[in-house]
Amino acid sequence: MSKIFPKWSNAVPLQVLIILTVLGVTVVGLVTYYFTPKYTRVGYAPTQPVAFDHGLHAGQLGIDCRFCHTHVEHSRHSTVPPTSTCMNCHNQIKTESDALELVRSSYESGEAIPWVRIHELPEFTYFDHSVHVNRGISCYECHGNVNEMEVVRHEHPMSMGWCLECHREPERFVRPPEEIYNMEWEPASEQARVEMGVEFVHDWNVNPPLSCSACHR
Amino acid sequence: MRIFFAIFAFSLLALLSILGFRGATSDRPPIEIFPDMVRQSKYKAQSHSEFFEDGRTDRPVPPGTVHRQYDNPQESERLDDDHFNTGRVNGDYAEGFPMVVTRETMERGRDRYRIFCGSCHGGIGDGQGITFEYGMVTVPDFHAERFYDMAEGEIFETITEGRGLMGSYKDKLSVEDRWAVIAYVRALQRARVGTEADVPEAERERLGL
Repeated sequence: MSKIFPKWSNAVPLQVLIILTVLGVTVVGLVTYYFTPKYTRVGYAPTQPVAFDHGLHAGQLGIDCRFCHTHVEHSRHSTVPPTSTCMNCHNQIKTESDALELVRSSYESGEAIPWVRIHELPEFTYFDHSVHVNRGISCYECHGNVNEMEVVRHEHPMSMGWCLECHREPERFVRPPEEIYNMEWEPASEQARVEMGVEFVHDWNVNPPLSCSACHR
Repeated sequence: MRIFFAIFAFSLLALLSILGFRGATSDRPPIEIFPDMVRQSKYKAQSHSEFFEDGRTDRPVPPGTVHRQYDNPQESERLDDDHFNTGRVNGDYAEGFPMVVTRETMERGRDRYRIFCGSCHGGIGDGQGITFEYGMVTVPDFHAERFYDMAEGEIFETITEGRGLMGSYKDKLSVEDRWAVIAYVRALQRARVGTEADVPEAERERLGL
């Protein structure tokens, strides 16, 4: 009786198993690595209609964040400044600059400059800037060293897990209230910071909610 | 089997070279992988509207609107106080402060001054802030005689409405903050003309006087 299956077919089940395992592991690996804001959001640095350099203004010139993002202390939203804010200085400085053409025409016409939004949470998430900056969380913790960025870059994933890291252990991230807008502040040591943090969290009654409805509604 | 692994390795490499690594700087808008309700048809602060002609979701205050309330309840209680709200009493610039100046007022004033005024007016009010180096040379020195004599109400109006090349700061400084800044400016002026006799006995030693 002749053989129906050739000899090599003996190895087929094992080969299929190996191939499927390798493919499975690869797919899981790729999804873990790529399907996360650590990949999809971090590093986003769009070209803005006006090449505003935060490194120059906030870093080199030492202009406080709140000079432009004025309402961050009492609003949910950290406001993007009106063009009149730019013109407080640029009506006298670099008045002929091509880079500022759009700023001048916006100021004349009242048309908004179409800034590209970089940090954008899902719209079922309600983040409040004021409550964070008034309770020891610096701009730096979420936005990184903006004072050194020529082009602003999305620095942190801003995923739920990332938010919860701090909501679970606020003492590791809080800093003295007078240093919130100081982007160059550094704690004496990591341990000193946690000690200060524990005290701050107690004194200021920092109680970051962990319930869903704190942020989602 | 060998062929499979060759193709597999090649396609993996191709995929990785297209997708790149986490955190690489790029101007590609973020991908929303499960966009369920991530973007909703609602208006958010300072965003774009297809409905309104000027394309803004934030609506400007209609002309002629009368303020009935401020965010700060203490300011709301004083809506009829002309000195407090306009710096003028019966049309003339008001002298003095429409509230009690406390240590908190001074600290608030210093804080606000440093954020909003210092860049041009300088930390000590000499008109030589950081912008001086970049060509903004017409900022006046607060220590000139005429500023010592200027009524507080006139300074208030200057901050509120702007003057000359200086823009209005009323969107940045609340009414109360403007008065706090004026108090701090007065302190800067006082400090400039102060003498040793102005320093309380107890503080002299600490300052090495």
